[in-house]
Amino acid sequence: MILGLEFEPVSRLVQWKTLFGSGPFAPTRVTFQIVLSVIIIIAFYVIASRKKAMVPKGAQNIAESAYDFVQDGIILQTMGEEGLSWTTFLITLFSFILVLNIWEVLPGFQMPVTAHIAIPVELALLVWVLFNFVGIKSQGFFGYFKSMAFPPGVPWPLYILITPIEIISTLFVRPLSLSVRLFANMLAGHLLLATFAVLTAGILFGAPPLLKIGAVLPFGLLVALTGFEVLVAFLQAFIFTILAAVYIGGAMHPEH
Amino acid sequence: MLDVLAAQQAGELASGLKTVGAGIVYGGAAIGPGIGIGIVVGNAITAMARQPEASGPVRTTMFLGIAFTEALALFGFVLAFLLKG
Repeated sequence: MILGLEFEPVSRLVQWKTLFGSGPFAPTRVTFQIVLSVIIIIAFYVIASRKKAMVPKGAQNIAESAYDFVQDGIILQTMGEEGLSWTTFLITLFSFILVLNIWEVLPGFQMPVTAHIAIPVELALLVWVLFNFVGIKSQGFFGYFKSMAFPPGVPWPLYILITPIEIISTLFVRPLSLSVRLFANMLAGHLLLATFAVLTAGILFGAPPLLKIGAVLPFGLLVALTGFEVLVAFLQAFIFTILAAVYIGGAMHPEH
Repeated sequence: MLDVLAAQQAGELASGLKTVGAGIVYGGAAIGPGIGIGIVVGNAITAMARQPEASGPVRTTMFLGIAFTEALALFGFVLAFLLKG
């Protein structure tokens, strides 16, 4: 350690002091951020839909382009016309994840809520319950599991191999990868930003006067990566929503 | 005294090996998805260059492909943290 920099253990980054009380259900700053996100989203859409101007501007403009984005970019591409009734759910999911992710780069907070595994797991379980429910409702219990386990167009000896893979991948790997993808992406981004911030501070306050100029390098990377993380936050919200749409749309009809 | 030193060194060796293992796990897990994402994006760009009018659906499918491929690298990332403890 040339500069005498000491990195604290990684778990320190995602553990927050409780605001009041103790135990597993005590609220932390992240709990506060979730409540704030919900209030922000509700307030935004209420304001956006209050005055329905013919030529949209301001909040209404943003809300309408978000609606168009979810409808044209996600639903029509993956579920088709009949998926349009899912717009409400998917736009809520998209806005919620986007706002939870964007806390990562907001000064003063700088903690993506989705870097706690509990929140992605909860969202993924919601999607899991929904697509299984839709599948059972539209194809019947046995029809749904038959089309899941025995995809048509396969020579029958291959079913020995394919049936377990399909069942495991649909029922277990889907929610696991859905939650881990969001969680790990946001945690990795948070770690990256925290590493460069600690490095900048360490050089600025720990190095001899002449070498302090070296702090420019990690600081420049920090600024660039913050811009990159905005992109990642948007992309992960998009990918989570599009996968939810694909899973729900796939459960509506048997494969053929 | 020697026993204590030996025990301490064994502990340090174990934790050092854990760190090395975590590094190898993440590095290994990143190889496949790295190649895979390269193939996905490269072919998507080829498709978009050939048929610019189809870039909308191609882009959506490309992100889907990236998401499925990337999941494996992220499992490695999480596993590396679990291993390091």
